[in-house]
Amino acid sequence: MSQELDSLLQQASQSIADCADLAALDAVRVNYLGKKGEITTRLKGLGQVSAEERPAAGQAINQIKVAIQGLLETRKSAISDLLIAEKLSQDTVDITLPGRRVCAGGLHPVTLTMNRIQKMFGKLGFDVAEGPEVEDDFHNFEALNIPAHHPARAMHDTFYFDAHHLLRTHTSPVQIRVLEKQEPPVRIIAPGRVYRCDSDLTHTPMFHQVEGLLVDENVSFSDLKGTLEDFLKQFFEDENLKTRFRPSYFPFTEPSMEADISCVMCAGSGCRVCSHTGWLEILGCGMVHPEVFRHAGIDNEKYTAYAFGLGVERMAMLRYGVNDLRLFFENDLRFLKQFA
Amino acid sequence: MKISENWLREWVNPAAGTEELLSQLTMAGLEVEGIEPAGADIQGVVVGEVVSLEAHPNADKLSLCQVSDGKETVPVICGAKNVRQGLKVIFAKVGAKLPDINIKKAKLRGIESQGMLCSASELKLAESSDGIFELPQDAPVGTNIIEYLQLNDQIIEIDLTPNRGDCLSLAGVAREVSAINNQAIEIEISPEINESLTETFPVELQAPEACSRYVGRIIRSIDPLAKTPMWMQEKLRRCDLRPISPVVDITNYVMMELGQPMHGFDFDKLAGGIQVRRARAGEKLTLLDQSEVECREDTLLIADHEKPLAMAGVMGGLDSSVQSETRNVFFEAAFFSPIDIAGKARSYGMHTDSSHRFERGVDSQLQLRAIQRATELLIEIAGGEAGPVIDCSDENFLPKQAEVTLRYDRIKRLLGINVERQDVVQMLQGLGMQIAENEAGWLVKPPSYRFDINIEADLIEEVGRMVGYNNIPGTREAAHIRVDSFSETKINLNQIRDVLVEQGFHEAITYSFVSPELQAILDPGQETLPLSNPISSDMSVMRTRLLPGLIQALQHNVNRQQSRVRLFESGLCFIPDDTGLIQRPHIAAVITGNLTEEGLYSNPGSVDFFDIKGNLESILRLSSEDNYRFVRSENPVLHPGQSADIVFDGEIIGFLGALHPSLTNKLNLNQAVFVFEIDLKSILSASLAKFSELSRYPSIRRDISLSVDADINVQTLIDCIYSIESEILQEVFVFDVYTGKEVRNNRKSVALGLILQDFSRTLVDEDVEKLVIKVLAQLKNQYNAVLREN
Repeated sequence: MSQELDSLLQQASQSIADCADLAALDAVRVNYLGKKGEITTRLKGLGQVSAEERPAAGQAINQIKVAIQGLLETRKSAISDLLIAEKLSQDTVDITLPGRRVCAGGLHPVTLTMNRIQKMFGKLGFDVAEGPEVEDDFHNFEALNIPAHHPARAMHDTFYFDAHHLLRTHTSPVQIRVLEKQEPPVRIIAPGRVYRCDSDLTHTPMFHQVEGLLVDENVSFSDLKGTLEDFLKQFFEDENLKTRFRPSYFPFTEPSMEADISCVMCAGSGCRVCSHTGWLEILGCGMVHPEVFRHAGIDNEKYTAYAFGLGVERMAMLRYGVNDLRLFFENDLRFLKQFA
Repeated sequence: MKISENWLREWVNPAAGTEELLSQLTMAGLEVEGIEPAGADIQGVVVGEVVSLEAHPNADKLSLCQVSDGKETVPVICGAKNVRQGLKVIFAKVGAKLPDINIKKAKLRGIESQGMLCSASELKLAESSDGIFELPQDAPVGTNIIEYLQLNDQIIEIDLTPNRGDCLSLAGVAREVSAINNQAIEIEISPEINESLTETFPVELQAPEACSRYVGRIIRSIDPLAKTPMWMQEKLRRCDLRPISPVVDITNYVMMELGQPMHGFDFDKLAGGIQVRRARAGEKLTLLDQSEVECREDTLLIADHEKPLAMAGVMGGLDSSVQSETRNVFFEAAFFSPIDIAGKARSYGMHTDSSHRFERGVDSQLQLRAIQRATELLIEIAGGEAGPVIDCSDENFLPKQAEVTLRYDRIKRLLGINVERQDVVQMLQGLGMQIAENEAGWLVKPPSYRFDINIEADLIEEVGRMVGYNNIPGTREAAHIRVDSFSETKINLNQIRDVLVEQGFHEAITYSFVSPELQAILDPGQETLPLSNPISSDMSVMRTRLLPGLIQALQHNVNRQQSRVRLFESGLCFIPDDTGLIQRPHIAAVITGNLTEEGLYSNPGSVDFFDIKGNLESILRLSSEDNYRFVRSENPVLHPGQSADIVFDGEIIGFLGALHPSLTNKLNLNQAVFVFEIDLKSILSASLAKFSELSRYPSIRRDISLSVDADINVQTLIDCIYSIESEILQEVFVFDVYTGKEVRNNRKSVALGLILQDFSRTLVDEDVEKLVIKVLAQLKNQYNAVLREN
């Protein structure tokens, strides 16, 4: 009897091991453990065994049954693992192929730069102000203390429409337009297009400036200096950036200064970009001239103000390493895509 | 302006080395633009003398010279035409080092040469030169040339701001260096002239508002053969002034030295007297540069009793100029008002050292000193006898130097730093100002050359400059902080830009002025604003739309093998109207070419109307999309079947569609281009989100497939359904439109989905049927739309 059971177990074990898939395995299970299966049939046959032998015989069959069940389970999980492994191998993709997506475009580098400047000054509470680009002589020159025949006018290469209307040559007229409407304190920046009648390797007839103006009761030159020092360091993301403020001249500020930064290309050691001086001229600024206050109707005794103006293309060229100003207005996609 | 460092140090010689001196100038607002050595780096070059010379036996154009360096005489072969016996020359001996060569013994056509006679360009004293450099006869033979010509010098180029006309001279720069270093100026120029003649010449100021001082002098019997001394030639050269003749050189020298532009006339060419007057209509004058100008009546002239002599403050005339035979000279040193000279030279297409200075301002008290100095130099160099100074001034029109009050507390207020009182006084006095103390601070009288100082802030700037801007610490102003406005119902341009960028657009920035032809093609019939001085004809009118610039940018890219172009721009457009000029921001986009970027997943199609419409809708969605209507457009720029006007609040605020095919042909674009352009301000307001209750009951979707006349717009059908005011109808949308060949009789089929839901109960079939019947009846009734049979 026991010999026969042993060979049955051996047989079952072999059949289970031979199963390649779950269906075959189930057939084996039915063959042994099904209603008419080998084990089931033997359990049913226990009735013909004598009462003394029955417990031992029953126990022996049950042992075989448990053993077969165990083998079935083990094999089942092995087959499942194999199936998953097979699926994994079939589903493997070349993960270096590109992802499926909408290809985004990009903002113009001038916009990127202006946005960056706006955000930085925005955190200091500067609102954005705008003004017309076709300006009148009063706002572009007269109110900024640049009367007719002023030598500074010659430096402005102005586009005219008639004797009194022109394309603004700087964003400074926005100062006047804001002060005409708004009582101090005033804290604005004015980004925008400006125009000069000049076109060569380093000049385009249109470019962008950002003007800043802060009017309050106790604004000083050292505040201007501190704010711009912070700004320039943050803009170029260089805590070690050196700045230098030199006296300069603008009719609408007094005192006036120009700010230089240590050359961002050569870190001040001298290169072609900085004409071997180690310094780059980056912006003009100063304390607002009393004559500008007078034109705008602001009390020069009560308020002081600082103003600054910077060229956006120059900032963008330095930051992104663009070496030809004219590229900004060709709108060549090969150029624009570099900033996306 | 270029000046010599050595010359500057003759005036004031601070302990600071060259580099520090330059930095001092820059930091005082006299920006040093560049520096170059006054001469090349040379060794072994001395003053030589040509003792004798003979023709080279084997070469026609060469001379065999015997040249002495004071110790020995050696043979030197020279090819210059101007070499002659007795000439003092620049002699590079054997072993000498010049910029481009080292001198060795050499044989030229069989004869030995032991050295070289140099030209100016070989020593980098000039860009080019004709022949060898001729030294004066008194040059001491054997002296090292570096020493003799003082070539250990730097040429400093200073870029002066227009307010600092007072620094356009050695004296001016020296005053600044003196003030910065608190060190006195060593040179005083106040010559005493022996006036051996009594002869004067009448001068009339007929336009005293433009010329309020004219100082002149006659000097007779100068030696016409006199030469400008080497020291003066060299100083002038280092200021970028070419030596010409003693009289001209002296006027230039005094201009550089003191800042007073001068002129020397040939006195024998002057008739009757000097008149400083405005030009008469049509008056002509030939200038020193040989150009003939016809003067406008606003031009100030120096004339005699018969003819114009010079354009005042700009350039002398040719006919009255000093020539090689001139013996009698009339010197002029005048004060012309800056406003009167400003822009004059430029209006005649000229720019001279003189006009540059008069425009910016010349010290109105300088003329007498300048003419004395010029006389002294002329007599020293060319002899001659001087008459008395003729000083003709009109006090009423001479500038009055302002007295300016400086309040002590304003210094701190404006600069943000404390400066000691005594330091303020010392700084201002160092700058030549007279100071009287008063209650508030001081009453300051600037010197006559500081005509740029007129208000308190000007004085504070001077204090700041003397402190040094780099010594003023940076601070951060105290500000009143407040919560900023942050509207949720205002769209800003950046949001719109971002949406377009997400959809594959690149932002373009095009010029605001465009070609009038392109403008007319893309905005036909629209009046434009032309520039009166455009940079070129294709940039001569202000854009009325963004399209011209964008189309040009699109062409640029299509011509460079870009198969897919998506560009947008925002910016002002300039539209003239009855009330003047409207400057309004627009936003526009153009697309052409492939639907997707080429690649693994690329869609083979090209973009069409619904792509650009989708792009536009996605930005309209930021505001209240429901407020915009698309209405078939009659815009002549666009394809009549694929274009729409965008209507907001009954007004057309923009357009979109395909460019008209005849227009793309005209523009040489062989592919369909789709555009939109819209008034930016009309799409910047959104409405605040408003919560509405959610239904707890399920929704039901019911689709209806309609057959309708082909010319009925889908939107019309949807509007028609919404017009049935049903509480359970939540949404109607289109999911299929079919106009294939099965749909005959000029009809099309439209499939609409209806979403139905109630807030108080679950809908039953009966509810749905009732509504659908109503919908179909309404559609049949109004648009002859019927359920499709199939």
